[in-house]
Amino acid sequence: MNIIVCLKQVPDTESQIKIGPDGKSIVTDDIKWVMNPYDEFGVEEALRLKEKHGGEVTVVGLGPKRVTESIRTALAMGADKGILVSDEALDGSDSLANAKAIAAAVKDLDYDLIFTGQRGVDDDLGLVGATIAELLGIPQFSIIVKVEVAEDGKSVKVERPIEGEALIIESNLPALITAQKGLNEPRYASLPGIMKAKKKPLEEKTLADLGLDSAEFGEGARKLKILELTPPPERAAGKIVEGETPQEKAAELAKLLHDEAKVL
Amino acid sequence: MAQGVWTIAEQRDGEIRKITYEIVSEGRRLADALGQELTVILLGSNIKEKASELGQYGADRVLVADDPRLEPYTTDAYVSVISELVKANDPQILILGASVEGKDLAARLAASLDVGMAQDCTVFAIEDGNLVATRPVYAGKAYAKVTLENSLPQMATARPKVMSINEPDASKSAEVIDASFTLDDGDLKTKVVDVAKDESGKVDLTEADKIVSGGRGMKGPENYNILEELADLIGASVGASRAAVDAGWRPHPDQVGQTGKVVSPNLYIACGISGAIQHLAGMSTSKVIVAINKDEDAPIFQKADYGVVGDLFDVVPALTEEVKKYL
Ligand SMILES: Cc1cc2nc3c(=O)[nH]c(=O)nc-3n(C[C@H](O)[C@H](O)[C@H](O)COP(=O)(O)OP(=O)(O)OC[C@H]3O[C@@H](n4cnc5c(N)ncnc54)[C@H](O)[C@@H]3O)c2cc1C
Ligand SMILES: Nc1ncnc2c1ncn2[C@@H]1O[C@H](COP(=O)(O)O)[C@@H](O)[C@H]1O
Repeated sequence: MNIIVCLKQVPDTESQIKIGPDGKSIVTDDIKWVMNPYDEFGVEEALRLKEKHGGEVTVVGLGPKRVTESIRTALAMGADKGILVSDEALDGSDSLANAKAIAAAVKDLDYDLIFTGQRGVDDDLGLVGATIAELLGIPQFSIIVKVEVAEDGKSVKVERPIEGEALIIESNLPALITAQKGLNEPRYASLPGIMKAKKKPLEEKTLADLGLDSAEFGEGARKLKILELTPPPERAAGKIVEGETPQEKAAELAKLLHDEAKVL
Repeated sequence: MAQGVWTIAEQRDGEIRKITYEIVSEGRRLADALGQELTVILLGSNIKEKASELGQYGADRVLVADDPRLEPYTTDAYVSVISELVKANDPQILILGASVEGKDLAARLAASLDVGMAQDCTVFAIEDGNLVATRPVYAGKAYAKVTLENSLPQMATARPKVMSINEPDASKSAEVIDASFTLDDGDLKTKVVDVAKDESGKVDLTEADKIVSGGRGMKGPENYNILEELADLIGASVGASRAAVDAGWRPHPDQVGQTGKVVSPNLYIACGISGAIQHLAGMSTSKVIVAINKDEDAPIFQKADYGVVGDLFDVVPALTEEVKKYL
């Protein structure tokens, strides 16, 4: 069974976010870029399915050249080949446009399953997976914590936690799954893995290679327009609850929660 | 010309979910700002009797799609029906709740309508006749104000527990209309084969009014009973930091944070949680934050409205006793 994993590069979750002079984008100078944490679950799950059912794992990343590093990380974990969709005309594209380019890059590949993350921890949208599935005309399962592919490799059963329930859902393959924490524990790349990754195939594609018109991409083509980026609203400075003993502090806290905050 | 505000109701097993009242109330405010009507779409099986009640929260009209194949929710069936209704009626604005189901539906629906979408918004406004939404990005380290002016309908989802619910007005009812739609069995590719209900009666963290959360400072799974006791008393759900979840003390669905749940309760009590940036990402839109931590320099105190410096094993049981006075 052949599996595609989409991989987005995002600022490390420790990064400080500084807003740029245009007031619409972030300063990227000091940012450390990493694979979106949810995509690590996708890569891991694909590798486990490959170990069980055979086949190949292809990782696809879209973005500037630096995305190559994250693709190499996935190759070092054990994926077989990589595709980087990279084109200056893609700068500033929104999820819809990015998904169109990714869908174009994978549509002619031979695949049974596609993994994406449930959302990117950068713009926190969670749109690209569903959009790729729609464009390819395949079912999607989002926010999934368990994946079981049938012995014959023709169908999949997934577990999807919703508020207060877990649903077990089924469909034939191909299908697209968006990975949620709990799906697995991603492995680390081993040293031999890192050495091998250097020799694995990594293809680069431009919009023209994919037969796409660059006018439909980039800042100008955005449907979701960013008007302004601001720091989070300041919370008023908090109080340290006074008291000599834990009992006194607890009594004071309960009183404040009741009288002042009115949440008790 | 595109006209009207639409919201999509969420129901489960025939019961309207709370997020529905939140978005219907918000939809009313947006419709008023535009001087337009508010239509609510309700999908399900034998669901019609629940429709008129939505008028009390501000719906002018409820379009009901009733079909056994619409219960339980599946992405393909819902997208098929709703995209047909949207194309036939051309609303200007379409709002859903950012529940697990709502986010899934909204993402696929936007793709099928080929429009932009603003997920998990915390503020909506109308500016120059268009929807303008504010949403946390980079896990709440920045807020983006966005618009979808040339992309119709202007689609967005609302973060649960953020939009206020209108006081129901019993004198109002909505016009209930049977929606006409086609649903082709050939389009239904996914099937729900089993539902595992959580019988604990615990409210999901994303819907909880109050949360008591425990981190590495809890020292082990056996100590969460002190949080459970406090939680039971004040009607809270119990959450956890990733450190506690990764240690196997608490299940994954209990994790709050950047790679866990994003929650906005009225009260969030963090016990033995240091306040790592990835944890704050998941709870910084809580209304009142309390931190109980023995390290006075713990970063959580910078976000807390009320901080207690002390040993949680002393403070939490004492707090449980003290809150009894106010219940
Ligand atoms: C990609 C990525 C994603 C992440 N996502 C998340 C996420 O979604 N959610 C999340 O929570 N974390 C997340 N993290 C982890 C995060 O960085 C922290 O490691 C984690 O939040 C720490 O958990 P903690 O506060 O429970 O533990 P610690 O940081 O170890 O803090 C324990 C606290 O308990 C206090 N304490 C100890 N004993 C007592 C006592 N007896 N009484 C009172 N206080 C006591 C200590 O003073 C300390 O402040 C993520 C990290 C990465 C890299
Ligand atoms: N530029 C990209 N390149 C490859 N995959 C992407 C890209 N953007 C989004 N994805 C995939 O879609 C998921 C959700 O991202 P988003 O919709 O941006 O929140 C990510 O976890 C990736 O798996």
